[in-house]
Amino acid sequence: MTLDPPPAVLEVEELSLAIDTDEGRAGILDRASVKLAAGSIHGVVGESGCGKSTLLKAILGVLPKRSRILGGDIRLGQRSLLGLSPEAMQREVRGRAIGFIPQDPFQALNPVFRVDTQLMEPLAAHGFRPDDGLAPEDGGSMRGHLVSLLKAVQLPDAEQALRRYPHQFSGGQRQRLLIAAALACAPRIVLADEPTTALDVTTQLQILKLLHNLARQRRLSMIFVTHDFGVVAQLCDEVTVMYAGQTVESGPVRDVLDSPRHPYTRLLLACHPARQGELAGIPGSVPSALQPPSGCRFHPRCPQARLQCGAAPPSRVQVGAGREVACVLYGGAAE
Amino acid sequence: MLILIKFLRDVPAVLGAVIVLSVAALAVVAPLVASPEAVFDGNLLERLQPPSSVHLFGTDNLGRDICARVMVGSRGALLVALSVVVLAVAIGVPAGLYAGYTTSWGSELVMRITDVFLAVPQLILALAIAQLIGKGLESAMVALGLTYWPFFCRTVYAETRRVRSTLFVDALEGIGASRSRILMVHVLPNVASPVIVRATIGMGFTILTTAVLGFLGIGATPPMPDWGLAIAESREYLPDSWWAVTFPGLAILATVLGFNLLGDGLRDLVDPRLRRSR
Amino acid sequence: MGRFILRRMLFVVPSLLGLLVLTFVMLRVLPNDPSAALAGENATPAQIAAVRTAYGFDQPIWKQFAVYLKQVVHADLGTSIVTGRPVVADIALRLPATIELTFCALLFASAMGIPIGTLAAVWHNSVFDHAMRIVTVGGLAIAAFWFAIILQLVFSMSLDWLPLRGRISVGMPEPAPVTRLLLVDSLLAGRLGVFRDALLHLVMPALTLSLGGLASIARFTRAGVLDTLQKDFVGYAEAAGYRRSRIIWVYVLRNSVVAATTQIGLLFGALISSAVAVESIFDWPGIGSYAVKAILTSDYKAILAVTLVVGVIYAIVNIVVDIVHALLDPRVAESL
Repeated sequence: MTLDPPPAVLEVEELSLAIDTDEGRAGILDRASVKLAAGSIHGVVGESGCGKSTLLKAILGVLPKRSRILGGDIRLGQRSLLGLSPEAMQREVRGRAIGFIPQDPFQALNPVFRVDTQLMEPLAAHGFRPDDGLAPEDGGSMRGHLVSLLKAVQLPDAEQALRRYPHQFSGGQRQRLLIAAALACAPRIVLADEPTTALDVTTQLQILKLLHNLARQRRLSMIFVTHDFGVVAQLCDEVTVMYAGQTVESGPVRDVLDSPRHPYTRLLLACHPARQGELAGIPGSVPSALQPPSGCRFHPRCPQARLQCGAAPPSRVQVGAGREVACVLYGGAAE
Repeated sequence: MLILIKFLRDVPAVLGAVIVLSVAALAVVAPLVASPEAVFDGNLLERLQPPSSVHLFGTDNLGRDICARVMVGSRGALLVALSVVVLAVAIGVPAGLYAGYTTSWGSELVMRITDVFLAVPQLILALAIAQLIGKGLESAMVALGLTYWPFFCRTVYAETRRVRSTLFVDALEGIGASRSRILMVHVLPNVASPVIVRATIGMGFTILTTAVLGFLGIGATPPMPDWGLAIAESREYLPDSWWAVTFPGLAILATVLGFNLLGDGLRDLVDPRLRRSR
Repeated sequence: MGRFILRRMLFVVPSLLGLLVLTFVMLRVLPNDPSAALAGENATPAQIAAVRTAYGFDQPIWKQFAVYLKQVVHADLGTSIVTGRPVVADIALRLPATIELTFCALLFASAMGIPIGTLAAVWHNSVFDHAMRIVTVGGLAIAAFWFAIILQLVFSMSLDWLPLRGRISVGMPEPAPVTRLLLVDSLLAGRLGVFRDALLHLVMPALTLSLGGLASIARFTRAGVLDTLQKDFVGYAEAAGYRRSRIIWVYVLRNSVVAATTQIGLLFGALISSAVAVESIFDWPGIGSYAVKAILTSDYKAILAVTLVVGVIYAIVNIVVDIVHALLDPRVAESL
């Protein structure tokens, strides 16, 4: 059966990106693609250093100074984000159209400002008025809006919490604050960068549940970056697997988990849950972005590698409903 | 070698090094270039002459050549600063090593004394001590040295504590290395770089402070060609003889600038945390 | 917070006690004949003997220290051999002038140094940054007394824009002393002419004094902002859509200023030191010029009293700085 895929609210298409370092140009992303469907939670999974975080930064337009985009496009709906001015990105995209949940809740909040000041900032930055918002229980005031946000993320004593400083909260509470901040201007899309990595296991679970519920209630579309396939299985609808800056496989979570196609995905799943973020079972190591292997970047470690794998990167081929894989084994001819 | 290349890339630091070396070279050759007559005797018929080809920086109220006096003055300035810094290092480094390495009541006492000295601005305390010892350049030098050592003590103390708390000192003591050997071979090299940085900046700082003392009439005494003193002596001939005040001041500025730039560069070199080019 | 202030104040007690011991040693123990030193250079043997009994130099040393402590507690630091008045009274009369001067210098240094340092960090490695680095290192290298004279040469002697010396013009009636800060008193009295006159007199001394402070404030603000810019919360603020200007001038700067407040205490020490020479040049009737006069006339009690008073003020300034630091950064008060 071939259904038309639901329309993408956010699409990264064949994005190639490099960062100039003192040692030379590092190819961080090589034609990376992610398609976020409306209302879907989309996991982006890969080892540390595979370019997941850079992908999010590219979407938000907050790349490091010395990085340059070599090709591809990022589209929000019909609109290309790469052509937008920095001001427009700040005014219309970051925090407004797209909310962001950072990785480390201990470092992300400014220690010398009260919570209300910091939660108010994205609202003020986007000229957001509470009556633009969703909840009628806000009572129309900014403060009421913040209180209802904190209630939505299940932070106890919302009124009091607003008057406190970040260090007075636990890690899990801080992550709730940051989720509230991401939702402050009622964005339709949320990007989450390993939001549970810095937390202990029980808290991780609570935060994942909260994110899941919020996404469903508010009909959010979410990109969830992680190195943990377990998290992907629990939370996500779709998944994209990345290796060394390339997307190797994508599709509905169930399908990919049940029958992984790309050799890398298979090995990654075989390793789990042995060690997080580290491929104990795959010989070799993640290549340096300074001198990545030619062609498919996984081929030096791939048990099924063929001669042509190193020649040119394979193109993506459809291998089922909404499933794509970039591997010559499935006819992804080297271009 | 690598560290030298890194240093040479830092233009301001190299500029500082060049200034410092030039001043030092000038101090060495000054007596050969500047005659004692030009420096001390002067020619009253040529008093307060503006800068000219004969007197590059003009002459002062006694007809002495200011250029010659500024050049010879660099000897005094460097010598005084060096003595003060050496004295301060000689007291401060052992005191800091002792206080940092041991945890006896003696170490506590050293740090409390340091606190007391740091409880008053250095110049004020130095003035009081200089007053106690007596007038003249020597007592000013001793007073500055006696009030400057706590800065070194603090630096060395902090660094020694840091090294002490790292594992390898414990390990060394565990395998029976003697205390003095650990201090000499393992702690001192770690302490050396912050001390060198502090001492370099301290040179500039002390030249400034000595100039202030000379200016106030507490340090150098006439007819010494001291920069601070020269400014004080020429002050009453303003505004007509501007050169007599300007050039000794510029000499101070250039020399101190040299030491500060050099010290900054050295600090960047040894303490990557404070790197400004990142 | 109250507990923090209390503990912070207890913190300085040992060093202030140490300072008392130090001044005591310098005053009563180290001089060959402290009686002669205290009586002054031209004292007769009878006067010296009188001093000896009055101060109890024939007593054991701990009794002498007890006497000294009692005198200090009663604000009795002896009589100046130059003015013939109690040194405490002299200092009390002159202290406001110094406070007015150093405060204005610090204010000017902060008002200029903080924006300059911030911009240098934001435009890191730009032409502005390099230029500012040279200027600030230069600012720290200039002898304040020389700069003061050059200012006098240019703005008073040559251009005649600013008064050469003093705190107020000769013949200008002083306003009723309320705070003894001329700027405040003249405003309280509603005398704008006096205020203007006092302000004009203040410009050059304050500018001279602020020079070193400005340079160091700019330098540590720059270092602080550079450091803060690397922090995760800055990257987060950007990704969360804060305005760039707000990130820098509110969030980053506040953190950097918080870190920099701890430096203001040190800076104050440097300011007081420079004030000694600067006040002498501008005939500013503060404790700096008083100290110089005391030294040049071997007025021993006066110079030690100044040392003690400056030490106490220094301690107070540092306590205030720490309290401000704790108010700006809530983590500080909880860590002590």
